[in-house]
Amino acid sequence: MNVPNCKWEQAPVLGCERLAPDIVRLTVEGPAAPAAASRPGQFYMLRAWKEGEGPYLSRPISLHDADIANGRRRFLFQVKGAGTQKLAALRAGEALTLTGPLGNGFDVPAILHTAGAGPVAVVGGGIGTAPLLYLCRALAENGRRPDFFAGFRDVPYGLDAFAPFVGGTALATDSGAAGHHGLVTDLLAPERYGAVLACGPDPMLRAVAAKCKAAGTPCLVSLEKHMACGLGACLGCTVHTAGGPRTVCKDGPVFLAREVF
Amino acid sequence: MADLKTTLLGVPLNSPVLGASGTAGYGPEYEPFVDYTKVGGICGKGLTLHGQFGNEGARLYETPSGLINSIGLQNPGVAHFIDVELPKMLALKQKYGTAVIANLGGHSEEEYVEGARLLNGSAVDIVELNISCPNVKAGGMAYGVKAKDAGAVTAMVRKVCQKPLMVKLSPQAESIPDMCKAVEAAGADAVSLVNTFQSCAIDVYRRRPVFENVFAGLSGPAIRPIALRMVWQAVGAVRIPVVGLGGIATGRDALEFIMAGAAAVQVGAANFADPRAMQTVAEGLCALLDELGFASVEEARGCARG
Repeated sequence: MNVPNCKWEQAPVLGCERLAPDIVRLTVEGPAAPAAASRPGQFYMLRAWKEGEGPYLSRPISLHDADIANGRRRFLFQVKGAGTQKLAALRAGEALTLTGPLGNGFDVPAILHTAGAGPVAVVGGGIGTAPLLYLCRALAENGRRPDFFAGFRDVPYGLDAFAPFVGGTALATDSGAAGHHGLVTDLLAPERYGAVLACGPDPMLRAVAAKCKAAGTPCLVSLEKHMACGLGACLGCTVHTAGGPRTVCKDGPVFLAREVF
Repeated sequence: MADLKTTLLGVPLNSPVLGASGTAGYGPEYEPFVDYTKVGGICGKGLTLHGQFGNEGARLYETPSGLINSIGLQNPGVAHFIDVELPKMLALKQKYGTAVIANLGGHSEEEYVEGARLLNGSAVDIVELNISCPNVKAGGMAYGVKAKDAGAVTAMVRKVCQKPLMVKLSPQAESIPDMCKAVEAAGADAVSLVNTFQSCAIDVYRRRPVFENVFAGLSGPAIRPIALRMVWQAVGAVRIPVVGLGGIATGRDALEFIMAGAAAVQVGAANFADPRAMQTVAEGLCALLDELGFASVEEARGCARG
């Protein structure tokens, strides 16, 4: 469901840094009110080029973090093609076009209700960790610092920012560059948690969902698909769910794992 | 300020700018971004009698100046549309005056006819008959290539359809003038063109076509000059109104189609690139009519034909 504060806007870029050769953190000015109302897991359609200039479509990027008091928003993304290259080339003072916040996001009060007295685990894989910082912040602000499980292909990035909001961090890398040499799902014991929240590549999400199902632990997954509009109009990002066809952009990106896997 | 108000098949429009089927949802999706008092109407997502999931696999592929889609007419079915989505379109009409256009596809002549029959009992203003979807294997565009086939399905739907009937044509038609004449003779009240161009993309890393159906539909600025040529041909071929679409993203684009003789225009893929596109086109059209000294859309319509 799109929240009522969803809008088209242009906002100045405050900074753009490389955290790794292909990982960029973009800080954008934003009025405090919309940032306050956006949920973790929501996303924006970003555009840093004019109509008629390529690429044709805007790029859906999840909200990485929001500093409500200072009216600042952050996006963390991987440079993959022409669109993310142009976003990565932005400099402080330049204008960014944003449409959002979009999608359902994580409903933190509902998650805490579901988890009951149990602790919460947050599981991220690669750039799928991007929306989880704001989620961990929101959980911590609601008095429930989650355990954070992070998996990367090689050298991890962006983990320092999580430290204030998480109880502990368990790290895995495919290469063995840091932490457990293997999959992040190897480290997760869902039976110890009241709820598991995950974002990352599909194989990781499937593995998390399967473990949670076996343990009987409620699990939410945030999906990623190519999108044209981000608004629920093009139907390019439709997935099968137990309840029928749903769009990742508008009905998601956050789904109950048992409904999509 | 030039007067953008016009009518299409007796239906009053705020402006000649409509949202194209499959790109505007059912309308509410764009309410946060668009001043709908400047938009003539919304063509809802293409319906089939029973509803369907649409195509598996990749559905979108961006091109240098457009978008290839292979949605495959994902829709909830005509009866569900009448119960759930149509009331939302009617609520928008109540608030802003946007006309309600139901887009009806089908897999067989029987499905088209039954769908049209169901829509008779609804409050839709216009039925847009989709004989041009390139993404449905056993139908859709099958009726949109040969003028004789298009005429036959149009005639069958015309017999039962009590709504104003606009037939949406494919650029894959063997001859646009013959196609237009055939559907006019079969009782169409208007034609809209063009639907997407059949196209293809290959994933070189997977060494396979991007789309499971191999071919899919190209829209966006890339097709605009070809669409305009076809609209020009259509206006020359028939007396019924011609609604133009294909890559329209600015007021100037819209005015080109109107000067070619289009009664109205539809904004399609541009809605994806910029959620304000329908309003941008309408406002740009108004400003350009003013600049050129036209008092109304009617004054400019067809003026390029001499």
